Amino acid sequence: MRGKAKAMPAPAVMAETPPRRPLAGLAAMLRHGRYVISENPVTGFAFGLFVLIVIAALFGPYLVPHDPLASDTAAALKPPSLKHWFGTDQLGRDVFSRVVVATRLDFFIAIASVALVFLMGGLAGVAAGFFGGWTDRIVGRIADTIMAFPLFVLAMGIVAALGNTVQNIVIATAIVNFPLYARVARAEANVRREAGFVQAARLSGNSEVRILLAHILPNILPIMIVQMSLTMGYAILNAAGLSFIGLGVRPPTAEWGIMVAEGSAFMVSGEWWIAFFPGAALMIAVFCFNLLGDGLRDIFDPQRRT
Amino acid sequence: MVAIPLLDIQNLTVEFATRRGIVRAVEHINITLAKGETLGIVGESGSGKSVTSYAVMRILDRAGRIAEGSVHFTGLDVRNAPEDAMRDLRGREMSMIFQNPRAALNPIRKVGRQIEDVLLQHVQAAPNEVTEKAIEILDRVRIARPRERYHAYPFELSGGMCQRVVIALALACRPRLLIADEPTTGLDVTTQKAVMDLMVDLTRANDMATILITHDLGLAAAYCERVVVMEKGRVVETASSEKIFKSPSHAYTRKLMRATPRPGASLRGLLPEDMSEAAEKTVKASPKPNGKTKSSDKTKAPLLMVDKLLKEYPRQGLQSSLAKLFGPRPAPKPEVFRAVDGISFTVDRGESVGLVGESGCGKSTTSMMLMRLIDKTDGTIMFDGEDIGAIPAKKFARLPLRRRIQMVFQDPTDSLNPRFTAARAIADPILRLGDPEDGMPVRARCEELARQVGLPLDLLGRFPHQLSGGQKARVGIARAIALKPDLIVLDEPTAALDVSVQAVVLNLLQDLKESLGMSYLFVSHDLNVVRLLCDRVIVMRAGKIVEQGPTGRVLGAPEADYTRDLLAAIPHPPV
Repeated sequence: MRGKAKAMPAPAVMAETPPRRPLAGLAAMLRHGRYVISENPVTGFAFGLFVLIVIAALFGPYLVPHDPLASDTAAALKPPSLKHWFGTDQLGRDVFSRVVVATRLDFFIAIASVALVFLMGGLAGVAAGFFGGWTDRIVGRIADTIMAFPLFVLAMGIVAALGNTVQNIVIATAIVNFPLYARVARAEANVRREAGFVQAARLSGNSEVRILLAHILPNILPIMIVQMSLTMGYAILNAAGLSFIGLGVRPPTAEWGIMVAEGSAFMVSGEWWIAFFPGAALMIAVFCFNLLGDGLRDIFDPQRRT
Repeated sequence: MVAIPLLDIQNLTVEFATRRGIVRAVEHINITLAKGETLGIVGESGSGKSVTSYAVMRILDRAGRIAEGSVHFTGLDVRNAPEDAMRDLRGREMSMIFQNPRAALNPIRKVGRQIEDVLLQHVQAAPNEVTEKAIEILDRVRIARPRERYHAYPFELSGGMCQRVVIALALACRPRLLIADEPTTGLDVTTQKAVMDLMVDLTRANDMATILITHDLGLAAAYCERVVVMEKGRVVETASSEKIFKSPSHAYTRKLMRATPRPGASLRGLLPEDMSEAAEKTVKASPKPNGKTKSSDKTKAPLLMVDKLLKEYPRQGLQSSLAKLFGPRPAPKPEVFRAVDGISFTVDRGESVGLVGESGCGKSTTSMMLMRLIDKTDGTIMFDGEDIGAIPAKKFARLPLRRRIQMVFQDPTDSLNPRFTAARAIADPILRLGDPEDGMPVRARCEELARQVGLPLDLLGRFPHQLSGGQKARVGIARAIALKPDLIVLDEPTAALDVSVQAVVLNLLQDLKESLGMSYLFVSHDLNVVRLLCDRVIVMRAGKIVEQGPTGRVLGAPEADYTRDLLAAIPHPPV
């Protein structure tokens, strides 16, 4: 399909417009996704896990066999059995039900904080990389300041100062992740600043802000999505960590971090299942998001297209 | 020819495993090379010429494999040789020069050290004398002051110098076969001549065989004894370079010859026979606005008047910044570098003016200033009676004047937003600045433009990575003419294209100019292309205009020495 075959002076070529297929792009994307997964089964596994997590988050409360908050002291500290798959905790609550139901809260915290940091860090970073100068200096110094703190300690401080709510966990997690997003977005915007298509956009009469939002941002999006998937895992860990030390979500709410914290007291006496299963759920979720990040990178990488 | 050739490629087929199944990059080719012979492999992109050389060196990437046939190098079976033997062979017996010299050199090691590495690797010198030997080799590739340059890092050297170092590396062990894969693409024409002359001298002196892989038939014919022409993985013709030029036997070779811009060729003559006839007909059929605009507008002021244009950049030397930090006295006045040094010229309505010069001469900076993408330091740019140079670049982006000056960029891939479809890219200026064809739906206007530039309409929905180089170039041109500008700056619009595509695009540009009555400022380093398209030529060097005048006069009887050097450096096939 070289141009030479169709070479004709100006008005010669006439062709029918084919019917436009709006979903063609999406279909191609899916096909490409399937190819990447078939080439790397681990990515397929990660996607499978992801779907499982999403189902648990959406429908968990309707699927579980027991009420996650109902205590039954008669059945306290029972090891895993057919009735209680993951056993029961010190108040006789079903660990399996609690692990499944907790998915929604942890998943929500992760998604909300990642979305927030994507908006803040991504936009600030893109602007810093594109405009340079003072924008760059200010964003850069903010990021440096945040990175100067041990990140978890900073998150602790923010939650402690703002108050023990889910909302504040989201904000703290977002702030802690800000430098990561700002830096990635800055670097990507910076290399595209003088790209030919940006110059061409200027010639077409685009304002600088429009070039930033309509031309540069969409090109950085894939990289940012990969970044988002990778930090999802970190966000979940962070939220669980805060709950573990008693900040953030409060008992008796089902949350993986709290459950691990509560269960840890019973590890010594041999009741391992109370801490183990929420811990395993946490690990699997983080593992899944990290693998997903690698898979998404393969899918979005234009080098591996066609 | 000797009884046993140095290199004997028999019935070679190379396959690549891809998503769409197995692709044959090279099919059943036979090439032999005698000791000390210089062979050119010529073909357009995708012809399999590079893959052939990778197969010879056995450095095909993971997906590729030699499916059939054999490669024998001095009797050794390359296809089945153990990896150890191949590693020893590469660099010592056969070595390779790649297209981008900077990428081939390690950026954090001194060039002298890199030559030493090769010498030590292949036990060509004792450790105590290796430094002297490296300096001697640098001297041999005609690098001035080799003792100093031994300590230079690649970024401190120019592109031509880097390529010399790469040649030095390749020849350090006096291999018997040198494969040069587009060794001078991206280098200026005078540098190209120097590098090629050097390469040929050195290989002759050492009785080495050379394979020169290039897309430039002229270059191959000028420097090689024999030329192999490849098309789509097959060898279509093998002959001495004289014979190739005088009586090419294969249709593809003839087509390639026709498409190569050269003195004496006409723009229409570049197209294949059948198409050039069609082009002549349409030109005759359409009224000739070319002559009309020239005569009627002659009396008027020129469209573009550039007067004493100047662009200075602060020179950011390490010394000055260090001096600022640690210097006892206040920092010296910042040095300035004049990228464009007081140039004056005009462009008339309907005229195309060529702006030629080597890299770093300021031609791109000039075009960026004219496009109002960067601000000038001093001087005036009068466009149709208005001093557009006085308007800051940022403000100019949304003025109605913006419509009237547009640009076609050098790299068609880089200049298209990867996430915009072709239609969206063409529509962008219309949406932002408004269409001169009022009331026409944007989609219909896009289709009209696509027809004008000969882009099939079903490609409008595609993304840049789904288009070929020539198609992308057409999209770029359609975008530039969407607002019916008066002046288009063409920044090497065909430099990234194959010659046959280039021929078509050049013709398209000429047709569009005639039908739309635009003026062109054609920025290029290729004098043969400028000769075809331009009425007048401006030759620039180091920010200054060396010579300007009608194309025929400047290229036919140049006044400046520099213009003569440029012309002499164009590779000429043996006549």
